[in-house]
Amino acid sequence: MQKYLFRRVVFAVPTFIGAVTLVFLIMRVVPGDVTAAILGAQMDQEGAEEMVQQLRDKLGLDDPLHVQYGRWLWGALRLDFGRSLYTGEVIMDEIKARYPITLNLMIMVIVVSTAIAIPSGLVAALKQDSWVDYALRIVSIGALSIPNFFIATLIILGLLIYFNWFTPVEYAPLWEDPWLNFRQLIFPALATGFRLSALGTRMTRSSMLEVLREDYIRTARAKGLRNSVVMNRHGLKNAILPVITLIGLEVIALFGGIVIIETVFRIPGIGRLLVESIFNRDYSTVQALVFIFAGVVVVVNILVDMIYAWIDPRIKYS
Amino acid sequence: MAVSSEDIQARLRPGGRKPWLHTAWDFSKRKPLGAIGAVMLVVFVLIAIFAPFIARNEPNFQFRQDRLESPSTDFWFGTDSLGRDIYSRVIYGARISMYVGVVATAAGTGIGLLLGLGSAYFGGAIDNLLQRLMDIMFSFPSLVLALALVAALGGSVNNVMIAIAVPLIPGTTRLVRSSGLAVKATPYMDAAIAIGSSPWRIVLRHMLPNSLAPFIVYATAFLGAAILIEASLSFLGLGVKPPAPSWGRDLSGEAVRYFEIAPWMAIFPGTAISLAVFGINLFGDALRDVLDPKLRGR
Repeated sequence: MQKYLFRRVVFAVPTFIGAVTLVFLIMRVVPGDVTAAILGAQMDQEGAEEMVQQLRDKLGLDDPLHVQYGRWLWGALRLDFGRSLYTGEVIMDEIKARYPITLNLMIMVIVVSTAIAIPSGLVAALKQDSWVDYALRIVSIGALSIPNFFIATLIILGLLIYFNWFTPVEYAPLWEDPWLNFRQLIFPALATGFRLSALGTRMTRSSMLEVLREDYIRTARAKGLRNSVVMNRHGLKNAILPVITLIGLEVIALFGGIVIIETVFRIPGIGRLLVESIFNRDYSTVQALVFIFAGVVVVVNILVDMIYAWIDPRIKYS
Repeated sequence: MAVSSEDIQARLRPGGRKPWLHTAWDFSKRKPLGAIGAVMLVVFVLIAIFAPFIARNEPNFQFRQDRLESPSTDFWFGTDSLGRDIYSRVIYGARISMYVGVVATAAGTGIGLLLGLGSAYFGGAIDNLLQRLMDIMFSFPSLVLALALVAALGGSVNNVMIAIAVPLIPGTTRLVRSSGLAVKATPYMDAAIAIGSSPWRIVLRHMLPNSLAPFIVYATAFLGAAILIEASLSFLGLGVKPPAPSWGRDLSGEAVRYFEIAPWMAIFPGTAISLAVFGINLFGDALRDVLDPKLRGR
């Protein structure tokens, strides 16, 4: 087990370094001069050349490429991304201030989507080819088809028109005002979780169907166990395994959704920070955030594999 | 699924494939929902191609007297805050969505197909290198990677297509590689090598056809995803530049501001995106059932 974990972590290192490099490369393909893009309209003003040079010095753009790369890599490994080009604040401070709300929202989304997905997936599997199964199938395909910003907009409109109610704007941490926190985040969580639950429903369904065809289910029935025991102890327990992978996948798929939903609901998390930074041409913050997203994905993948290996003794750690 | 004897005979005939119309008919009998999805997809493609004939006004023409009009016989879907005809904008919007979606999907999955086949055929160091590269790309959530690319490249139509295509590459490569590897392990592959088939023949006649079914299923699913990513980028204001009619953009900004008095500004473009992607997903779902024997009957 420990050997497996060790190998898994070691194998992630090249991926991690690769991700750091890719972010560096993407941000170096900015067409034309980055400084011109950052300064924008200021380029027409007097003294523009001086400003360009100052900015080039600040960004270290006159250094050779490998020096720039080394600096970025070393910084990224220590989670030190320097200062924002736009606000001048330390980027990591900004991220630290904003990530709790994003994390809070993501956890709620996962709870909501899993709470929808597992029961509906099970019902669909147990009632395979019935009208319930077909209805759930159409609903989940539908959920995957509606863009989350459209659902979000409709939710905001619905709340406004029918209840004359805005979602509260100021963010309250969970431990300070749980009720306010819940009211703020439940609708964004529903808008994202509904869509995400479609994936989960289908995965739970096919996983349960697979398990129901196993020999040990037949054996359990043959020895006369009650249906509920067969389902709970033998069926569900085995079918739940892929759902862990699913939650891992959800976390990854969620990052895209978070960026959108935080923008629509004006939640000051790191997803919205990414969009704002792109608009402000704050390339150093964009670079830092994209790298952090990728880093979290790598870590989540390792965690999923670990949990999997821990729960399912059948896995051979090859 | 029972296979009739005519079916087998049809396949045994020299050059013996059933006419495509027949195949389409079979498909729609077995998968009515999938057929509905396919029809929806075709309708959207036709709308995109014949937009000038279907739209009733210029998508960017501003009827200054008729701003924020509700849907009527003059303006079927109402007008927006600049007095533009939303019906015409939704019709023209199909062009950008379909064009960007189809081209980006074709490019992304096409590159993935080549890389996957190469990875499976060559194996060894090339395979290893390519797969590690794909691991790296996989560690970026697709919308985040697309956002980073658009931020770096700028938001022209071509750049948006690149930004959408790149995140599709790793998934396709993995898929094609794994089915290619499965083919490589079969006895007929040994036979093909034994009779001295050229590498090209092996890849094109054996690996490619056997990877095609899952590839098509994937590509269809990706088309829906590509259209959604395009809409998302436009919604965030990072996609195709205004005033070009784009569903995603038309449902952001002004549409959100005037939501209370003119909800049609957001509802029609939003419904258009949802219907287009719904059609594609219905079709793709049925296609997977038919083409993937492992999932048959699930």
